[in-house]
Amino acid sequence: MGWYIGRRLLQMVPVFFGATLLIYALVFLLPGDPILALFGERPASPAAVAELRERYNLDEPFIVQYLLFIKGIFTLDFGESFSGRPVIEQLAEAFPVTIKLALIALAIEAVFGIAFGFLAGLRRGGLFDSTVLFLSLVVIGIPVFVLGFTAQYLFGVKWGVVDPTVGGDPTFAELLLPGAVLGALSFAYVLRLTRNSVAEALSADHVRTATAKGLGRPRVVTVHVLRNSLIPVVTFLGADLGALMGGALVTEGIFNVPGVGRLLYQAVIRSEGPTVVSVVTVLVLVYLLANLVVDLLYAVLDPRIRYV
Amino acid sequence: MTEPTSTPAERPVGGDAPLLQVRDLHVDFSSGGKPVHAVRGVNFSVYPGQTVAVVGESGSGKSTSAQAVIGLLPGNGKVVGGQVLFDGQDIAHASKKEFVALRGRHIGLVPQDPMSNLNPVWSIGFQIREALEANGLAKGAAAKERAVELLEEAGLGDAARRAKQYPHEFSGGMRQRALIAIGLSSRPRLLIADEPTSALDVTVQRQILDHLDTLTAEMGTAVLLITHDLGLAAERAEHLVVMYKGQVVESGPALEILQRPQHPYTQRLVSAAPSLASRRLESVHRAEVVEHAREHAVEAHERVAGGTHAAVGADTATPNVIEVRNLVKEFHLRGSGLRGETLRAVDDVSFSVRRGTTTAVVGESGSGKSTVAQMVLSLLPVTSGSVLFDGVDLTELDRKQLFEFRRRVQPIFQNPYGSLDPSWSIFRTVEEPLRVHGVGDAKSREARVRDLLEKVSLPASSLRRFPNELSGGQRQRVAIARALALNPEVVVCDEAVSALDVLVQGQILTLLNDLQAELGLTYLFITHDLAVVRQIADDVVVMEKGRLVESATTDEVFESPKQAYTKALLEAIPGGSIRLGA
Repeated sequence: MGWYIGRRLLQMVPVFFGATLLIYALVFLLPGDPILALFGERPASPAAVAELRERYNLDEPFIVQYLLFIKGIFTLDFGESFSGRPVIEQLAEAFPVTIKLALIALAIEAVFGIAFGFLAGLRRGGLFDSTVLFLSLVVIGIPVFVLGFTAQYLFGVKWGVVDPTVGGDPTFAELLLPGAVLGALSFAYVLRLTRNSVAEALSADHVRTATAKGLGRPRVVTVHVLRNSLIPVVTFLGADLGALMGGALVTEGIFNVPGVGRLLYQAVIRSEGPTVVSVVTVLVLVYLLANLVVDLLYAVLDPRIRYV
Repeated sequence: MTEPTSTPAERPVGGDAPLLQVRDLHVDFSSGGKPVHAVRGVNFSVYPGQTVAVVGESGSGKSTSAQAVIGLLPGNGKVVGGQVLFDGQDIAHASKKEFVALRGRHIGLVPQDPMSNLNPVWSIGFQIREALEANGLAKGAAAKERAVELLEEAGLGDAARRAKQYPHEFSGGMRQRALIAIGLSSRPRLLIADEPTSALDVTVQRQILDHLDTLTAEMGTAVLLITHDLGLAAERAEHLVVMYKGQVVESGPALEILQRPQHPYTQRLVSAAPSLASRRLESVHRAEVVEHAREHAVEAHERVAGGTHAAVGADTATPNVIEVRNLVKEFHLRGSGLRGETLRAVDDVSFSVRRGTTTAVVGESGSGKSTVAQMVLSLLPVTSGSVLFDGVDLTELDRKQLFEFRRRVQPIFQNPYGSLDPSWSIFRTVEEPLRVHGVGDAKSREARVRDLLEKVSLPASSLRRFPNELSGGQRQRVAIARALALNPEVVVCDEAVSALDVLVQGQILTLLNDLQAELGLTYLFITHDLAVVRQIADDVVVMEKGRLVESATTDEVFESPKQAYTKALLEAIPGGSIRLGA
């Protein structure tokens, strides 16, 4: 077990360097001069431009810039944005909000997706199953911005249940609606995955044996069907956590959530290399860690999996 | 159809009223609107303490009848007529609640496949405990203790530690013991044993059945034994019920049925039963076959000589077409830490295969017999030692020579369901090797495929069909046709008949034997089944745990086995001691 975790953490090292190098190169290759863009319409004095270039190491060759950036990361100095704010400060503000949002979305999709999927799978072909399947297709079919704006209009504006936008330093309650919108798509996938997995597990030989032992149906379906069918669902949820963190761009935009999505979007627009690379690097690490946690969870769910 | 006759003489002591009585049972399966009549008017009785065996091939309705008794028919199956009287009460249409009360407590089940019938995510102890708790026999710590006792009773050593382990840590035999512990945990009066050992090695099979016999005799449990194996049924049951296509064709005392079968189906079953009495199938004189094989080899050489492989002359057709010398195969297993363990799957094995004969490699699972086959086919690299084909070491072949070698040595695998591509028509499957090796043009290839199908007795109409439209035996015929397409000299059959019903198995063995005579083939036959060996093999190689135990002619091995292990294997053949009817 210790070996396994150690190996997995070691594997993250090349992934870390590969990902940062790739993203850094992409940002470096972006067309346009960020310094000139900074001056906008105003004429830029060559002296000021040269000063800025030196300050942000823009006059160095690519690989030196990259190495300086990596050196900064290891001293927890992610550089600063053009407005002069340290990137680490921006990260410290945006990440907690996004993590909260992603966890709310994950909880919603896991709880409702598994519950509905389980019930549908037990009675495959029944009325509940057909209804839920149809509705999940509808959810998958609607683009997230339509869902987001509709929810914002109905709950925020028309009925006034919640604030239509969130704003700085949001509470859990304020993030519920954006979280639900963010998790809606994956909820539909989790539901369908659970349903199929449960329906398949129901016809397993060992489930028949459990019934033959004299167990009642409630015990058979919870103890012998549900646990076995959760394995693929857990894989999906783990992979999804990473996607939810990075992919909250649209939802964060609609509800004005000051999270990672918005930060990344603005940084890309302004060609702020250090911010883009820092945000993406952290996202890559979060993704890798989430996958490691999923793999460890496997071993809890399935005793056949032992990591050595 | 014969009514079950139960003369007082065969009733065991202590029971006058039958415990289970199945009367005119009808079960239908609805598949795609049209009902399939799986069981049609079945009658049989089980008296307290008696063992009754229901025998039949797959699809005969034997398992379906048993499932109807315990209310475990699959979702699309339904009892549409008749009665199932358990202790005088009709349970054919019992409610779900009544069945929950009956199952486990009154009717136990030992299912067929130990690999898939235990829940992989719960410990063995938990799964036994659960049965005790559900049937209100013990709770908490007492249930835990009792579970360990039950495992001990089922013949599992070190039960306290074993109870904490998970199914994947158990071998097949141990899992079956755990399933027996579960089935008997609540001391049911009737135990349904549905092919309880057909997935196990013969020696393990024997131990498990002996143990089950002892336990049920001690507890006075009646047993309904479902099996496809007539020999096993006769050895274990007092009363036999023979089923065919959903009906009981014959029933009566076991010995009587075996020695004087009345119904034509039973007669065929008895004569096909692979028992020790059966002999090597004879077609023409063996010497002629061997001579024919030599000629065949010479032809092959001439064909090759004009092509890629001119080094070997026509006169070098060796008598030993395959020679295996000090063959070793090691696998590296992933272990904890940086170093893994090494498994020696094949350990210093040497034997040779004479041209035009059949050599059988026999052993139980884990004996390394299939690994040997894969190395002979050059599908697996050898660790050390060598395989000589026609005097040439396989490891020394270059790509081109290996390609030519593949043309001369063809495999037939065990599972005809898995070894044919389900999305390919039979024609495409059989034609593929011809296409790969660039033999002939489209027209001559089609003629060749037709000819091959005729050789394996498949109708020409099957050309355009797909594997799922064929039965297991027909699929295996397709696999044989595919193997023969390139006119090989050697065919390696890896458990080629193990997945088939006994009658079909007999047909395929006869076919293989006829083809050997007709085409001068050499067979390397990998099997766990000694009865099959007797029917097809000239020489036998017995393997155990990667080592070669005994190597001799078939007659020598069967009549005077030298090694204890070979003797144990021979003794374990079910029904071996029973003299069958003429």
